[in-house]
Amino acid sequence: MKYMLLIYGSTDTQNACTVEDWMAYDKEVQEAGIFVTGHSLADLTTATTVRVDDSGERTVTDGPFAETREVLGGYYVIDVPDLDVALDWAARCPGARDGGTVEVRPVAEF
Amino acid sequence: MDERAAGTRASVEAVFREERGRLLAALVHRFGDLDLAEDVASEAVEAALVHWPVEGVPARPGAWLLTTARRKAVDRLRRDQAYAARLALLAAEAERTGGAVPEEADGGLPDERLRLFFTCAHPALPAADRGALTLRYLAGLTTQEVARAYLVPNATMAQRLVRAKKKIREARIPFRVPEPDELPGRLPGVLQAVYSIFTEGYAASSGPLLQRLDLAEEAVRLGRILHRLLPAEREVTGLLALMLLVHARRDARTGPDGELVLLDAQDRGRWDRDMIAEGETLAVAALTGGPPGPYGVQAAIAALHDEAADAASTDWPQVVALYDVLLALNPSPVVALNRAVAVAMRDGPAAGLALLDELAGEPRLRAYHPWVAARAELLHRLGRDAEAADAYRRALELAGTEPERSHLRRRLAAVAPPER
Repeated sequence: MKYMLLIYGSTDTQNACTVEDWMAYDKEVQEAGIFVTGHSLADLTTATTVRVDDSGERTVTDGPFAETREVLGGYYVIDVPDLDVALDWAARCPGARDGGTVEVRPVAEF
Repeated sequence: MDERAAGTRASVEAVFREERGRLLAALVHRFGDLDLAEDVASEAVEAALVHWPVEGVPARPGAWLLTTARRKAVDRLRRDQAYAARLALLAAEAERTGGAVPEEADGGLPDERLRLFFTCAHPALPAADRGALTLRYLAGLTTQEVARAYLVPNATMAQRLVRAKKKIREARIPFRVPEPDELPGRLPGVLQAVYSIFTEGYAASSGPLLQRLDLAEEAVRLGRILHRLLPAEREVTGLLALMLLVHARRDARTGPDGELVLLDAQDRGRWDRDMIAEGETLAVAALTGGPPGPYGVQAAIAALHDEAADAASTDWPQVVALYDVLLALNPSPVVALNRAVAVAMRDGPAAGLALLDELAGEPRLRAYHPWVAARAELLHRLGRDAEAADAYRRALELAGTEPERSHLRRRLAAVAPPER
């Protein structure tokens, strides 16, 4: 079963995790054989939002879709047997610490 | 339906009620799907209603029901290949995760209920639904009965259960017993689900009745099952002890007209001494062999009340000391409130009132009528009746059940007699 771990950082607090912490976690995910895909996203200041209205008109605006304190900073998709295992991997993720959160969502299968 | 058929239905239903949780848990473990388990369990009961009147009730009714239900599940999976493929995938992955507990044969029916307890109280499910799921799938209540337990319309409860089941299925919340190292994190959720059923039965949050004894009894029954499944877990023992030590006072807790009778005014001759004795033995076990947990400490407090001949001779210093321990384990304003009331009994109303007033800033207590009523009572004991009357009026606005309100009205009348 595939789960996406959506890693949110807080704009209020600084995540104290180091690059080494992330590299160690990434290595664990790879070596456990559960890695499907995953990326770290570039800084929020580089975000651009696109909307297309009913007439097909495109609107492009600078910045993220919504002003929030929680910013999506990256994601993993992992393939594990059940939610408990997914939650364990989420809890080990450096992004879950220091005011950050990891949202765990099953990937819909059709 | 003729009389004989009605009698059979009653005996089948009696068996099924006892075996339902066990049957469902065994089927869920085997097929990994709560809906399928429910369906085939019901079909097996229908089959029993057809066969048992003719062939007699089998020697091991539970095993008969399980075998029949399994056969029906296999039939269904043969008919529905897509469903079967999905379940086969589940089963294969369950193999990969590995089973957790050794199966225990009891009357031919393996006991997989512990898995189901942990699924129903899984932290990924809404806290408000965990008690309902536990009542539905482990106590074997119907959806209508669960709705009645929580005083919500049938359709509302059915919807909540369907939504919870959907999450279990689609997010794949597993049916498994957590590993020993996960247990400290997961067991409190299961205990909380059972205790929430008990407290709703013991002190209903709303409605015409103060106590709903059938619900409290279901909680005690669930506590016993859990204690049998996890005999070495001291907090499980503590929870069962606590429920028994409180439930022992059920008959004295309401007066002839259903009105609330507080602990200090209860006729202690009507307390259930056998239940107290059982609870005390369990409380001792819960507090032996390691640091105390919150349920064990609460059981010890309940035992001190149960042992005392009256309120005055209660060992209040010991009660306060136990509340200190509890407060350290579980720093909650409600525990602090109970401690303040015990301090008032030990050191007098002024000391208790000072502690209650320290809690005035707690947002959780401001609309909590026991806090307001406790202040009223201590103000009255200090002779500040005008303030006591105001507090009783405020508590009256907040109390949820009629027996509580009528108790508060009587207290109010005592401190502020209505003018003629």
